[in-house]
Amino acid sequence: MKMLRMLVRSIRDAFKSVKRNFSLSLASISCITITLIIIATAVIASFNVQNFTREIEKDLTIVVFLNNNVSEEDIENVTNEIKSIKNVDTYTFQSKVQVKEQMQAESDVFNAVLDTWDTDESPLKDTFQVKVKNVEEIKDTADKIKSFNEVSVVRYGEGMVDKLISAFSSIEKITYAVVLALVLVTVFLIVNTIKLTIDARKKEISIMRLVGASNITIKTPFVIEGMILGILGSIVPVIFTTYGYIAFYQHFDGHLFSDLIKLIEPEPFIYNASVIVIAIGILVGMVGSAGAVKKYLKV
Amino acid sequence: MDLIRLKNVEKKYKNGVQAIYDLSLAIEKGAFVFVIGGSGSGKSTLIKMLYREEKPTKGQIIVGGLDVAKLRNKKVYKLRRKLGIVFQDYRLLEKQTVFENVAFALEVLGAPKDEIREKVLKALEDVGLKNKIHNYPDQLSGGEQQRVAIARAIVNDPKLLLCDEPTGNLDPEKSMEIMQVLDNINKSRGTTIIMATHDKDIVNQMKKQVITLKDGHLVNFRQKGTYYNENA
Repeated sequence: MKMLRMLVRSIRDAFKSVKRNFSLSLASISCITITLIIIATAVIASFNVQNFTREIEKDLTIVVFLNNNVSEEDIENVTNEIKSIKNVDTYTFQSKVQVKEQMQAESDVFNAVLDTWDTDESPLKDTFQVKVKNVEEIKDTADKIKSFNEVSVVRYGEGMVDKLISAFSSIEKITYAVVLALVLVTVFLIVNTIKLTIDARKKEISIMRLVGASNITIKTPFVIEGMILGILGSIVPVIFTTYGYIAFYQHFDGHLFSDLIKLIEPEPFIYNASVIVIAIGILVGMVGSAGAVKKYLKV
Repeated sequence: MDLIRLKNVEKKYKNGVQAIYDLSLAIEKGAFVFVIGGSGSGKSTLIKMLYREEKPTKGQIIVGGLDVAKLRNKKVYKLRRKLGIVFQDYRLLEKQTVFENVAFALEVLGAPKDEIREKVLKALEDVGLKNKIHNYPDQLSGGEQQRVAIARAIVNDPKLLLCDEPTGNLDPEKSMEIMQVLDNINKSRGTTIIMATHDKDIVNQMKKQVITLKDGHLVNFRQKGTYYNENA
């Protein structure tokens, strides 16, 4: 009961002081707004990079061609050996007969040409299609499979894939770092802006201390105030990113530069992004306020 | 019974100035004590140590059973709730009314609304300001503002009221009014009052206990003291 009463009072005081110190509140809000727009852009960019990295990675397959003269037993051996490799996620076996059927179904030319061979003299090979868990280790896995006696050739789009993967992983790391740095800068800016507002209320805090308010009682209204500032500051960024992204998506028709780089569908993605932006706004406002008020809580 | 006990207390500030030397004394519950001495005698330091604004460098200070010297910053509020403090410069919130200023002390403790209203009105009655509860501090005279500050200090019914030069900004007539208010609080509520001052007229007229400090040393502690009477 007492806790509830104090919480209600804290919320009331927080709203009061946002209103009473309006010009300073406005300064904090615009500071949060501007940095949140940048953060939101970075967040959306990083999600999209992650998304198309994953899309491309999903398509990456190691194709294993076995020697021409392998027996049933050999195929079973290879199956077991592939199974035993840790990085292997799934694999499918296609016998030369199946490969032939598939190719014949794909094109009339293949159909005509392949029809001239019967199964025994077919130049096609039995194949495995292997998907890996960690694409960054695809080269090692391919090499391992290559070393089996029954295997003749291994293909996974070497060269191009290697470069693409390392580029994606650095882009991902960079976007993380940018988002983190922006959040830190925002916290710093907001701590300083809120410090200004709190400096004007030093006397209030010192009187609170004198009459026996515990630190948490003093802090709570300020932290709630920071939360309010964070929510108010994230309104514009949320609108901006929501409509901005929808417009962007429609303008580029869902993919950038080539069909390979697909953008994330706006729904429900923008709602999640908005929630993240608001959460960052609230968090940053709260941390900023708590950090700013801390200075005055010591004796 | 003693409300306050000091044992071999020393205070040396970080800049090297020693404010208090080996001070030991005890103050009874319900007493009215003046702390007198010139500038730099250590009287303000003594008051500040009692409400734990400053920590003694050595020795023990017990206030109402709390070991003040050992109290951690986080726990200081526990001490502050047991005492009221009045300063020379009133320290009121200008944007709040008289009522709100006094109620503030109870709100931060989470008291219910009805209780706050009742206690605030009682405290304002005790200092003679019941008719000005809706005024703002800048609409009051200095003496009235100080009485609001006193009301805020006693609204929580503390055992101890500390006053650091409460009449320092007031003319002799208003000062005596404040002293009447304090004397009444001491008598009717039984609140122990410790007041630092350098106003000799007040000390001589009130005839209360007097602690005299000089350059950080205790000169004497008399039952019914006067200001300048070193031989008594």
